Amino acid sequence: MPTKYPESTVPAQTGRVLKAPEHFLSQAQIAEVQAGRRDFLRGVFASALAGASATAGVAAAQAAGVSGFKGDPNILELPEHTTGLGSPVAALGYGTPSKWEKNLQRRESPGLTRVSAASVSFCPLQGLFGIITPNGLHFERHHQGWWDIDPSKHRFMINGLVRNPKVYTMDDLMRLPSVSRMHFIECGANTGMEWGNVAVPTVQYTHGMLSCCEFTGVPLSVLLEDCGFDKVKGKYILAEGSDGSSMTRTISMNRALDDCIVAYAMNGEMLRPENGYPLRLVAPGLQGVSWVKWLRRIEVGDQPYGSKDEVLHYIDLMPDGTHRQYTSIQECKSVITTPSGGQTLLDKGFYNVSGLAWSGRGKIKRVDVSFDGGQNWRTAKLETPVLTKCLTRFNISFVWDGSPCVLQSRAIDDTGYVQPKINQLRAVRGTRSIYHNNAIQSWKLAASGEVSNVQVY
Amino acid sequence: MGAFIINVPANVSLFPRRRESNFVEFRKCLQTWIPACAGMTMLVLFLGIVGNALAQSAPQKFPGVGRAATPAEVAKWDIDVRPDLKGLPKGSGSVARGQQVWEAKCESCHGAFGESNEVFTPIVGGTTKADIESGRVANLRRADFPQRTTLMKLAHLSSLWDYINRAMPWNAPKSLSADDVYAVTAYILHLGDILPADFVLSDANMAQVQNRLPNRNGLQKYTPKWDVRGKGDVTNVACMQNCKQEMKITSNLPDHARDAHGNLAEQHRLIGPVRGADTTKPAPTAPLLARAALPAVAVAPTPRGDPPPAVPSGAALARKHNCTACHAQASKLVGPSYAEVAAKYANDANAVSKMMEKIKIGGSGAWGVIPMPPHPTMTDAELKALAEWALRGGK
Ligand code: HEC
Ligand code: HEC
Repeated sequence: MPTKYPESTVPAQTGRVLKAPEHFLSQAQIAEVQAGRRDFLRGVFASALAGASATAGVAAAQAAGVSGFKGDPNILELPEHTTGLGSPVAALGYGTPSKWEKNLQRRESPGLTRVSAASVSFCPLQGLFGIITPNGLHFERHHQGWWDIDPSKHRFMINGLVRNPKVYTMDDLMRLPSVSRMHFIECGANTGMEWGNVAVPTVQYTHGMLSCCEFTGVPLSVLLEDCGFDKVKGKYILAEGSDGSSMTRTISMNRALDDCIVAYAMNGEMLRPENGYPLRLVAPGLQGVSWVKWLRRIEVGDQPYGSKDEVLHYIDLMPDGTHRQYTSIQECKSVITTPSGGQTLLDKGFYNVSGLAWSGRGKIKRVDVSFDGGQNWRTAKLETPVLTKCLTRFNISFVWDGSPCVLQSRAIDDTGYVQPKINQLRAVRGTRSIYHNNAIQSWKLAASGEVSNVQVY
Repeated sequence: MGAFIINVPANVSLFPRRRESNFVEFRKCLQTWIPACAGMTMLVLFLGIVGNALAQSAPQKFPGVGRAATPAEVAKWDIDVRPDLKGLPKGSGSVARGQQVWEAKCESCHGAFGESNEVFTPIVGGTTKADIESGRVANLRRADFPQRTTLMKLAHLSSLWDYINRAMPWNAPKSLSADDVYAVTAYILHLGDILPADFVLSDANMAQVQNRLPNRNGLQKYTPKWDVRGKGDVTNVACMQNCKQEMKITSNLPDHARDAHGNLAEQHRLIGPVRGADTTKPAPTAPLLARAALPAVAVAPTPRGDPPPAVPSGAALARKHNCTACHAQASKLVGPSYAEVAAKYANDANAVSKMMEKIKIGGSGAWGVIPMPPHPTMTDAELKALAEWALRGGK
């Protein structure tokens, strides 16, 4: 312990620290243990050591009917952080999550892609709260690797059907009037592995190409006006990235003028390099591929551009062998994140079932939850804020009686569209389209408390 | 007068942002400050009549912000080619030249015949002469056809040309001349039996070749999912009670896939209402607490405030620099496996510096004719970490 403070300000140590496990067992219990109840000892001992799960250990001790239970050692024995001196300010110039939270990471789905620079990492939705995605956990999808670009050398150009083709520096863009808006971004291929059957275990892999941030930047409409775009002939824009893939996507002028943002910030700080630092397009409601990262150029034109990622990919294969193109708007969808696939419930009793709902067409109007595989539904509570083209958090109470059941959520947006069942989607689109699967997700809760990914339709 | 006010925000670029709020602002201005606004009202009235043309020559709204793009700048960046071939530069390339380009710059990742599955889905295959006639690829209707190659899906020749021109080769994008892009495009089409071996593709005949694409009629532009208030193609109803008679599980993960995504216990928070399932063990039969106690949590304590290590690990660097595109630990991809590299130099005392040099300047000969690209911007510390890591067999 550091001793640079006067003796008197250091909290006095009260009592002696006893060795585990005896310190919370009575003499009688120790005798029992010595007489052979070793299973019980091991359980409690492990929990006491674990700290993080010690409450459960105490519950176990109580459940095991231990007589003379005096109390929780986490209360009775003051821990080091209560009796010692903590770390100084600015020990971390940029703070990081607690070391206890290291399990929540972006992860690749094994075998999904062949090379990691043209791949995707999924956001751990199973561990997130509310509607905002922490920047370090935002999902990633790159086609040709990512870069950390020097912002003082980054340039943004607008050309094509404009009266004044212009170049802007980051200084220029950050001088302009800005807006900050919360929107979800979802890859068109989210849940794409599940068209034919169940393929992956957890909500991270079924739905984790989804994130939601508060983005700050200049409305694209302001910049298009600044360049004097052609309001008669200009029907489309092309957005282009400055990375090796120089990703290009066509966006209709109607979407571009509505609410697109040329954004430089997310959640109060500059964009992360993996998310397009220093500049990306935010195209609310449209699939993630349209949110071009490392944005270098917008071109105004009178026809769509037919780029590789709108002619060869992000197109939906229909049963008749044609591909649907420009299926850009992410339709209404929802998923329960707690409990969800790959989790195991502590025990019977009360749970707050919680999840996310969103729609590329507007606001979420209602979310219903079923606990019996879709036969009966109850309406969940929507938490505020409920914003357009933004994740909405829903919650609903559930008392689990220990019997197997199947949980589902179903969202309705303000156009009245009801999130469909997978068999309804298959009836129209078949099973090979890869993209735009917004089906109702089913989680089976087994008597063992384990939750798994299933389909019931 | 009222009519003009409503007209203003819709047509005139003085207030480019949200329409209603501009309208409100403007009205507020009229109500509270009529004399001062009079001039503006007149201007607006005038603009409302003459519309766009004049609005665009109105004084700059953001003086000092941005500047005119020069023709050279626009030419350098505006490289896109549209389906109607707008943007296509002049040039030409033969199938024979394309083969040379392919073998030197593409084959290592995509295979000799564009058929390789190693790095990406195949480019060539799955199309027939009959498809060239109809413009629809028949195999796309078959649910049992194993994969969709690029040529099976391609509807616009411009898309292929434009993409190769902007993004390939993957590790050296924008390094091909326009002529070589024509040539290698011609070669890919030749591999797909769309062009004869003696063909020369050029800006002059792209439009004709477009008419031979096997899937040129295979795209439908689907607008309801482009229109924000469009209707979906699937209609569900929000039934609330007794919606469905029987509940049957139609699909679930097989037991043997239990740990296919690693140990799920390590992918979940250590506290809260749930834990991640321990997939290193078979599925349990009772809930966690009924199993007496939760598993102990082991988190290695990290000293407070430790800075991250100065040089990331070899594995992290290999990911960062995309070595993984061409090397795997145990199997040969484009380059040798790290296991092979480790074995080959096991007894070479100078191996580390040799490998550092090789990674830095690239080159071929040690393993075959395919060259490894140079990595000139890497620091010595990074090179050393990578070389040592490679020589440990990528471990
Ligand atoms: C280092 C490996 C590598 C090399 C070398 C390479 N490619 Fe690629 N290529 C890729 C990867 C990876 C992708 C997928 C990129 C993505 O996900 O967007 C790809 C995609 C493509 C595609 C698009 C296929 C589709 O259906 O989307 C074409 C066409 C292509 N490459 C042509 C070429 C040509 C021509 C060359 C040589 C001039 C070349 N490639 C060299 C790795 C490579
Ligand atoms: C585009 C494909 C490609 C990429 C990317 C690539 N390599 Fe290689 N690498 C090769 C090829 C091909 C060879 C064999 C060269 C030869 O025959 O001399 C090779 C050889 C090597 C060797 C053995 C050299 C020798 O002389 O025996 C090492 C070590 C190596 N690479 C490490 C790396 C590292 C580290 C990276 C990332 C910084 C990397 N490579 C990126 C293709 C690649």
